[in-house]
Amino acid sequence: MREITYREALREALSEEIERDKNVVLIGEEVAQYNGAYKVTQGLWEKYGDKRVVDTPISEAGFIGMGIGASMLGVRPVMELMFWSFAYVAWDQILNNAAMVRYMSGGQINCPIVIRGPANGGTNVGATHSHTPENFIANTAGLKVVCPATPYDAKGLMKAAIRDNDPVYVMENTLLYGMKGDVPEEEYTIPIGKADVKREGTDLSIIAHGRATLTAVKTAEILQQEYDISAEVVDLRSIRPLNEKTIIESVKKTNRALLVEENKPFVGVGAQIAHLIQWNCFDYLDAPIARVSAIDAPAIYSKPLEDFQLPTPDRVLKAALKLCE
Amino acid sequence: MSKDKSKGFEAIATETNPRDFENDPVNKSLSSEQKINFLKEMLRIRRFEERSLRAYQQGKIGGFLHLYIGQESVAVGSLSVCGDNDHVITAYRDHGHALAAGMNMNECMAEMFGKYTGCSKGKGGSMHFFAPDKNYWGGHGIVAGQTPLGLGLAYGLKYKNIKGAALCYMGDGAVNQGVFHESLNLASLFNLPVVYIIENNGYSMGTSLERSSAYTDSLGKRAEAYKIEWDTVQGHLVYEVRAKVNEAIQRAHEESRPTILEIITYRYRGHSIADANADKYRTKAEVKEYQEKKDPINVWRNLLIEDKILTEEEAKAMDKEIRKEAEAAADFADKSPYPPTETIIDDVYWTHDNPDEHDNQGRIFFNDDWGPQA
Repeated sequence: MREITYREALREALSEEIERDKNVVLIGEEVAQYNGAYKVTQGLWEKYGDKRVVDTPISEAGFIGMGIGASMLGVRPVMELMFWSFAYVAWDQILNNAAMVRYMSGGQINCPIVIRGPANGGTNVGATHSHTPENFIANTAGLKVVCPATPYDAKGLMKAAIRDNDPVYVMENTLLYGMKGDVPEEEYTIPIGKADVKREGTDLSIIAHGRATLTAVKTAEILQQEYDISAEVVDLRSIRPLNEKTIIESVKKTNRALLVEENKPFVGVGAQIAHLIQWNCFDYLDAPIARVSAIDAPAIYSKPLEDFQLPTPDRVLKAALKLCE
Repeated sequence: MSKDKSKGFEAIATETNPRDFENDPVNKSLSSEQKINFLKEMLRIRRFEERSLRAYQQGKIGGFLHLYIGQESVAVGSLSVCGDNDHVITAYRDHGHALAAGMNMNECMAEMFGKYTGCSKGKGGSMHFFAPDKNYWGGHGIVAGQTPLGLGLAYGLKYKNIKGAALCYMGDGAVNQGVFHESLNLASLFNLPVVYIIENNGYSMGTSLERSSAYTDSLGKRAEAYKIEWDTVQGHLVYEVRAKVNEAIQRAHEESRPTILEIITYRYRGHSIADANADKYRTKAEVKEYQEKKDPINVWRNLLIEDKILTEEEAKAMDKEIRKEAEAAADFADKSPYPPTETIIDDVYWTHDNPDEHDNQGRIFFNDDWGPQA
C-alpha cells in the first residue's frame, strides 16, 4: 500500500468529496489563495476555483454561522478553523445554532456541516492556541465529533463526515499533519462511531483518541519488550457517537483499563469512558481504572514543561505498570 | 431615566402620511381583496397573541412570551412582497412573522402549550417556530444569533443559482452584537442577497437606544461602514413597508447586494411577559399616545374604510371571526396531547431518526437509567 501524509490524506478526502457532490464547498481563513495555513487545502483553489474553495476574513462567528445557514438550505460546507481554539469566538453558532436547530424545529431542518481544523497542544504556542474542545463538543447532544490519529483514519472519517446529515466536527492535529501512513488508492470511508483496535493485547486495555493513541501504541511496545506485558490499544476515533462495545469487549478481556488523552482530566472524555467501564465491566475489573491526561493547567509555553504536560510515553508507562502490579 | 428622549417618543412625534407610497408600483397593482387581506393578517397576529397572553396568565404557556403587538404591519407588509424563492428568518419575537409566512394558529398555539401537535412537536416553544416548507427558518432565541444564519441562507441561494433573497429580522437590541457586524461585512464582501430588517421598537428589553448605543442618529446608517445600502421605514404604514422592502428585495434579486432597513415601530407590551413592567422605562401615556396616533391596524383599517374598500361593520365582523379562530386555536392546543416521553430523543440526530439510511455506529445517547442502551 502507498504511504501518504495525514495532511495529504485529508486533502484527498476534500478533493474527492468536492468532485463527488456539487454542494460541497470549502470555506475558511486562508484556505484558497494562501493554500491553507497548514497546507491541508493546498492546490484545491487552483483546481476547483472560487465557487468551491472560499477565503473568508478573520471572522469566525460570522462565517461559521453563514455556513450553518447555508447547510440548512442543503449546501454542504466544510468549514476550516485555523485552530479549534478559535472556535470559542464562534461558540454560539457552533453549539447553539448548529446543534439545536434540528431539535427546535421538530426535525424539520438538517444541518449537514463539517467544521474541521487542528485541536492540539504541544506546539509551543501557549495556552490560547492549544485547546482541545472535543469534550465540550461531545457534551452537546446534536453534535458529532471525531479525532483521527492516522492518515488512513483522517481520510476515511473526513469523507464520512462530509456525507453525514448531522453536524460533524473533525479534530485534527498539527503535530500529525506531516506523519506518513498507509492509505489505499481505492475509495473508502470509515463509519462514524467505529473504534479501532490499533494493537491487540491481553493484559491491559489502553483507551485513547487522537495523538494520544500513538503515545499509547509506543507505550504498549515498551511494555511488551521490557516488561512482557501485553497491552491492547483501543483508538476511539469517534467521541460521539462512541463505540462502547469495543471498549467493553476489550476491558472484559484484559480486566484492566488505562485511559489516555491529551485533553484535561476534569470532565474530559476519559471521565465518561471510566463511567461506562465501571457500569458495564464492574465484575471484570482487577484494578481501578486509571487515567493519564494533560497536566491540569493552561497549556504552558516553555518547551520542556510543555513536553511533560501532555501524556508522555514515560507517564503512560508508569501508570500502566502501576495498574499491572 | 430620560423618557422624553426615548426612540419610542420619537416614533410618536414623527409626522407621517399613510398614503405615502400608495402609488409605488408594488402597491398600485394591489386588489381590494389583497388590501383587505393585509388587515386580516395583522388582526390575526394581534388576536392570536392576545389569546396567547391569556393562556400564559392561565399557566398554560410557560417560559418567555415576547409579544409582537404593535408591530404587526412590519411582518405582514414585508412578507407580502416576498416571492417563492425569498426566505425569512427572525429572532425570538417570532409569532407575527410565523403567521404572516403562512403558519396556522393551531400549530403555533400548540407549540407554546408544549404540545405534540405544535409546529416543532413541543420542542421549541414560543421563541422557536419553524416552517422551512414555507421558507420560514425560525424563530431564534439568542439576540443576533440568527444574523449569520440569514447570511447563510443568502449564501445558499446564491450558491445554488436561485434568484431569491433572505430577509433577516432583528430587534434594535441586536445591533451592538459583534456577530451582526461580522455578518454585515461578509454580506457586502461576498455580494450576498440578504436584507437585514431592524425592527426598532425603541427599547432593547428595558434599555433605550440612548443608553445602549454610542451613535443614536440612526441604526440603519451603520450600513455605510460596510458599503451597504440602507433606508429608514415608517413601520406602521403598510404601503411604505411594502415599497421599501420590495426595493431591497429587488436589489438582492437583480444585483445580489445586501440592504439594511431600519423599520421604526413600537411594541405595546413588555419585552417579554416575564418582565412586562414597562413602567420602569416608559410611561403608560407614551404607549397610549402611540396607540391613538399610529396603531398600524387602525391606520390601515381607517384607510380602507376611507377608500370604501371596507365598511366598519365588515371590519368588525372580520375581527369577530378572527377572535373565534384564536379561541379555537387555544382550544385545539389545550386538548392536544403532550409529546410522548420517548420522543425526547427524536429529532436530535438525523442518523438516529433514520437508522436504515447510514452506516454510523456506536452509542449516541448516554443515559444509564433511561432510553436506548440503558
